[in-house]
Amino acid sequence: MRYGKLRAGATALAAAGLGAAFFGSALAAELAPQQVVYDEGKVSESLSGVPGDVEAGRKVMITRGQGNCIACHEVTALKEVPFHGEVGPTLDGAGERWSEAELRGIVANSKMTFEDSMMPSFYKVSGYIRPGNAFTGKAAKTAELPPLLTAQQIEDVVAYLLTLKE
Amino acid sequence: MRSISLRILASVTALAVMGSLSAMAEELPELVINEDIEMVTRTKAPAHLENLDEIRSGWTFRTKETQAFQMDDFDNPGMIFVDQALDTWETVDGAAGKSCASCHEGPESMAGMRASMPKWNDDAGAVWTMEMYINDCRENRMQADAWGWKSQPMLNMNALISLQSRGMPVDVKIDGPAQSTWEKGKEMYYTRYGQLELSCANCHEQNYDNYIRADHLSQGQINGFPVYRLKQANLITSHNRFRGCIRDTRAETFSEGSPEFIALELYVSSRGNGLSVEAPSVRN
Ligand code: HEC
Ligand code: HEC
Ligand code: HEC
Repeated sequence: MRYGKLRAGATALAAAGLGAAFFGSALAAELAPQQVVYDEGKVSESLSGVPGDVEAGRKVMITRGQGNCIACHEVTALKEVPFHGEVGPTLDGAGERWSEAELRGIVANSKMTFEDSMMPSFYKVSGYIRPGNAFTGKAAKTAELPPLLTAQQIEDVVAYLLTLKE
Repeated sequence: MRSISLRILASVTALAVMGSLSAMAEELPELVINEDIEMVTRTKAPAHLENLDEIRSGWTFRTKETQAFQMDDFDNPGMIFVDQALDTWETVDGAAGKSCASCHEGPESMAGMRASMPKWNDDAGAVWTMEMYINDCRENRMQADAWGWKSQPMLNMNALISLQSRGMPVDVKIDGPAQSTWEKGKEMYYTRYGQLELSCANCHEQNYDNYIRADHLSQGQINGFPVYRLKQANLITSHNRFRGCIRDTRAETFSEGSPEFIALELYVSSRGNGLSVEAPSVRN
């Protein structure tokens, strides 16, 4: 429960615009991937305790080796970035279609919302078949992998998605 | 010269014909090599394939520029390697003092080989790939050293032998003693590997013809292998492609020549039963 208090504190500070400056991401108590509670796919608690940053989220969306969300999704607001994929639906209007908790759940582990989804689970560390060490083709070095995105990156992406209104 | 003037004539005719048809049908490019060999690049899926109606060669998904490389052997960079293999074919190597030609005459004697590979080898009691047959002759019939799977002479020889089947329909056997290997390959095809949890089928069965970032997804067919890959400026084997595709799912991949990839090669080949052998094809 110490956890909860710290998180509450961090959130209050962050709300005052001080969180990042004073604590950095190390001190803002994070929910580890194993601690995340999915309620029919929804995750209502912030993963990092620090509000998401829209601009940072935009970067995660377009960067290979981070979210690279546009590998599979078209986003009109990101038109100036070349090569959007067609594997998933367009994310235009996603901020209207889904609540914050739903979006957090989809990004953290899409399989909790869409059964057998092809979308990778971005906040998960185990349960893989032949997990590798990033893109080297070699075996992973640890039993648990670092998640594809950090807690804060997911908050940032969720903040970005919430700006996508039609 | 002859081939050039023929080509101009043919394209004039093609333009005239297309002009009248284009309003009616979606443009479906056809692959005719050297204005002569008509290739089947789209056909009905083999009966064992439950989730696809039509199978399509990787050629149909490539850009016009990449497609063009494969339409004339003078433009096909893979042919340089085929020429090198022709020399090797006739070169004596090993303690037995033989060349491939000593026993097999010309490479034409290999017609049909690629179309049926990989296949069950009764003596060995296993499914064998082209590389294994070649090395068996080198080691046991020529008393020469085996070639590495990825070595240049192996790639070249594989391309030369495969070329002898160009235009024939892929026809690998999946029943009888090969069946259990085929089942293993099939299971791999639908396994979601790595941290991205993606299977071959996710990309090449459920999403072919879609773009994934800048890549236009094909059905991942291997009727064109060995492929000349522009990016690598060399011939590559199907195992090389499998390796890269699994690595890109952030998985621990398998190695070329591994039993897993032999099984996968058999299964993926069988998904292309009916397409023309295109080796050496050209891809980006
Ligand atoms: C490998 C492809 C792939 C990648 C990469 C991917 N997604 Fe998805 N995503 C999908 C698919 C497919 C769906 C459709 C859901 C399903 O599986 O039925 C989807 C669904 C979604 C949805 C719900 C869409 C809607 O509005 O109905 C959102 C939101 C979403 N993805 C966000 C993201 C974000 C953010 C990222 C990057 C962090 C991302 N996706 C990366 C494939 C992908
Ligand atoms: C000493 C004679 C000899 C030499 C030299 C030789 N082979 Fe063979 N090869 C054979 C025999 C015999 C077979 C078995 C044919 C059969 O089973 O019908 C064979 C089989 C093969 C096969 C499989 C054919 C099939 O129908 O399954 C391939 C491929 C092959 N050889 C390639 C080569 C290549 C390439 C070389 C040179 C690097 C070579 N061989 C050198 C005698 C030879
Ligand atoms: C994340 C998506 C993805 C997955 C998963 C994937 N591939 Fe691919 N694969 C590609 C892309 C992109 C290309 C290059 C464009 C194309 O031909 O589809 C490619 C190309 C290929 C090719 C070359 C096709 C040709 O015509 O030369 C083969 C063969 C292939 N893949 C087989 C496989 C097999 C087998 C698996 C499963 C072990 C697999 N791929 C998994 C994305 C994927």
